[in-house]
Amino acid sequence: MTDAPVNDNRLAVLDHSRSRAKSGKPGAERGRISVRDVDIVFDTVSGPHVAVQSANLTVRPGEFVCLLGPSGCGKSTLMNSIAGFVPPTRGDVTIDGEAVTEPGPDRGMVFQQHSLFPWKTVKENVAFGPLMAGAGQNEANGVARTFLSLVGLAAFENAYPNTLSGGMQQRVGIARALANYPSVLLMDEPFGALDAQTRIMMQENLLDIWREFRNTVVFVTHDIDEAVFLSDRIVVMSASPGRIIADIDVKLPRPREQALLTSPDFMTLKRQCLDLIRKETLNAFQQQNKAG
Amino acid sequence: MDSKSNVAMQTAEPLEEADNGSTNAATEEQASAPAVSATDNRADNDSRPPARVWLKTTGVRYLVRIMALVVAVVLWELASTNGFHFYINFDNIPAPSVVGVALVAELTGQEFYLHILHSLERVAIAYVMAVVIGVILGVAMGRSRWAEDIILPYIELLRPIPAVAWIPLAILMLPTEQSSIIFITFLGALFPVILNTVHGVEQTNSVLVRAARSLGASRTAILWHVVLPGAMPSIVAGLAIGMGVAWFSLLAGEIISGQYGIGYYTWNSYTLIQYPQIIIGMLTIGGLGTLCTLLVRKGCNPLLKWQAKGGRS
Repeated sequence: MTDAPVNDNRLAVLDHSRSRAKSGKPGAERGRISVRDVDIVFDTVSGPHVAVQSANLTVRPGEFVCLLGPSGCGKSTLMNSIAGFVPPTRGDVTIDGEAVTEPGPDRGMVFQQHSLFPWKTVKENVAFGPLMAGAGQNEANGVARTFLSLVGLAAFENAYPNTLSGGMQQRVGIARALANYPSVLLMDEPFGALDAQTRIMMQENLLDIWREFRNTVVFVTHDIDEAVFLSDRIVVMSASPGRIIADIDVKLPRPREQALLTSPDFMTLKRQCLDLIRKETLNAFQQQNKAG
Repeated sequence: MDSKSNVAMQTAEPLEEADNGSTNAATEEQASAPAVSATDNRADNDSRPPARVWLKTTGVRYLVRIMALVVAVVLWELASTNGFHFYINFDNIPAPSVVGVALVAELTGQEFYLHILHSLERVAIAYVMAVVIGVILGVAMGRSRWAEDIILPYIELLRPIPAVAWIPLAILMLPTEQSSIIFITFLGALFPVILNTVHGVEQTNSVLVRAARSLGASRTAILWHVVLPGAMPSIVAGLAIGMGVAWFSLLAGEIISGQYGIGYYTWNSYTLIQYPQIIIGMLTIGGLGTLCTLLVRKGCNPLLKWQAKGGRS
């Protein structure tokens, strides 16, 4: 079994990606994320709620960063402000030096689940971004097919999303986000709803794709194994108010495979994260007890 | 053969069973489903059971439905021929056999078809207007709080008024009988279309809107590609209900008419004491209403083909 055809597709995709890359400075890499002194405060019935406090984060172009933290710690909110859905109350978010004011196709989003358009076929879902960018129907379909073969779903282009399994739907979601050739890929617990076996396969699959694209990825998760396995860096957040409490470099060799999950280096990193998360979860419990 | 090196992993992941109802909750129920090869394209497979199974299940159910109607006709025949009179009086009610003879006479003449044609024309004009205006107003109300606050009071106030009550005003306000009848029919169909459209548009899934925005969609594109398709099941339900209401509003409107229309035919038969014709008129309205509603549903099916198969529809 060879994977030559798949590789050919990837090369075609990459060439296209390079030709479409637009950057202010010639030769500069795209996808540098800068989050400076960001507070995000929501008005609620019971007064202001600080979801994110004094967040500072720089993600280098081509870096794979996981935002890790207990649920409700504001990691999704922080990512949504990078996506342009949630404006920061204070501070600023920039991509390649440009302030983020609204969502845009330079930042591809992959959501937790059920985010495909159920009335569009798999191909139409993936072709949607290119169509919105002004591509003709034929060109958009061509791009869609390329990316569907990249995630191994070329045979399902005419299927409707609700006939696919959750894992397959998420692969379509990834293809759809990538079809815009984004410089940044934002993923909000994309594998959280999948069973353990499918999740591991999806993680390997994602790394394979990313190895070819090398775009910046911000990946939100509460799963420590997932964070260590995938990322170059783990940014750990504390629970309410959401603050960045640790920034851990993950210097595990790539390409990574399932065997890594039991290696000593992996275990060391995992323990480090576990300790941090455990402390934060305990804090959160205590706060809740005080409040209640 | 290193399967890990192959990005395409379509054989590794079992497909979900198709019978997950009309919701698209595609959870990872993988217990019983075997691995399916990539060439097995599920979307193109028809999940309908073979003909023999169809006969045993759906066929039997239709047989039961027809029998249910037949039983009613037989009871009616017996009640009429025997002059059943116990609180409900069947003395003056023509038996189905009598109605049948009258119906054959009508079907061989020309008048009857003219009545039907006139009614169909009125319903068609009124219905198309109701659908166009209703969907536009409904989308506006669902998308804009201003539009909803301005339009909703009118709807709440006018909706409970029965079609018959509009007859005097319709005659006073509109230039011709035809326009009065069409106006009354239009009003009947309009409200279900508006309200169902509003309901559908307000149910728009915010995750899908966010997905579309992050893919670079404009407001217009979101309306076209996300809001309207998402509201479509509700809109189609409104269109079907609206068609039914149009037919029974038509009857009220055609009381005005001096010449043609199946509602006029029914009403006129009453004044002329032609009892079999009353029943023919009633059943014709019922039949045409059902038929048109069915046509609306069938006609809208292509818009909803993305919904899960196997659910009750």
